[in-house]
Amino acid sequence: MTSALDITQAVNPPRAVFVNFPLGHQTGKPHQPDLQRQIVRDALRAFETISEPGTIVELPYVWDAHDRQWEATDYTGEFLPPRPPKEDADQAEAMRRARFADANVK
Amino acid sequence: MPVEYIPRTRELYSSYAPYRWVVNTDTPPWTPLRKPIAQSKLAVMTSGGILYRDQPRFHREDASYRLIPKNATPDDLSVWHFGYRTADAEADHNCVFPLARLRELEAEGAIGELADPAYSFMGGVYSARKVREELAPKIADDLKRAHADAFFLVPA
Repeated sequence: MTSALDITQAVNPPRAVFVNFPLGHQTGKPHQPDLQRQIVRDALRAFETISEPGTIVELPYVWDAHDRQWEATDYTGEFLPPRPPKEDADQAEAMRRARFADANVK
Repeated sequence: MPVEYIPRTRELYSSYAPYRWVVNTDTPPWTPLRKPIAQSKLAVMTSGGILYRDQPRFHREDASYRLIPKNATPDDLSVWHFGYRTADAEADHNCVFPLARLRELEAEGAIGELADPAYSFMGGVYSARKVREELAPKIADDLKRAHADAFFLVPA
């Protein structure tokens, strides 16, 4: 599965399936199980249909029919989320683990 | 036009030394699929930084991976990754780790068997050498031990 066509072309894996969605959505949009299932189905079908090493199957799904320009600005400028201070990140991590540690005891 | 991630990454990370992308020009190694997916044991791995319950989070240059029980529920899972916008994956991990969809396809017979556990790592590992020499061989051993027929990789 890939959403980064140029990187995958460079890596040249044995088999790949490309979906032209922003990073973080390689198997679809959130809470759209039908779309997710269809993409996964298409990807699994490629295991059986690709016979030439290095083939990249391109899927036809469109990220946003009303916005054909998202590629022009995606992954530029302020794309990367600001990194929280280390203390905040450590505290969030401790809280996450404690939540599940409590659940494990129950 | 698909986004050209190689030049955009160069701009986005311009304060770092230029990243050396993996470029493979030889014909890729090829393992034929021995039987249809409906009869195969399929293993899945995401690079989206998915964590199960109280598993420790990833860190930079972390070439380790986590084992995710195939029956994990949304409440069991969280996301730790610095290299993509994770809000949608946090709202629904199936965007980058389609475990629920794969279980459904297994239940309807489209997949012979979904391997347990699934695998997760955090794809922001800058060292391709670490991935090639540390992560990949360990995963390959796991897959052989699990007798997986096919391996479905979902990056993020």
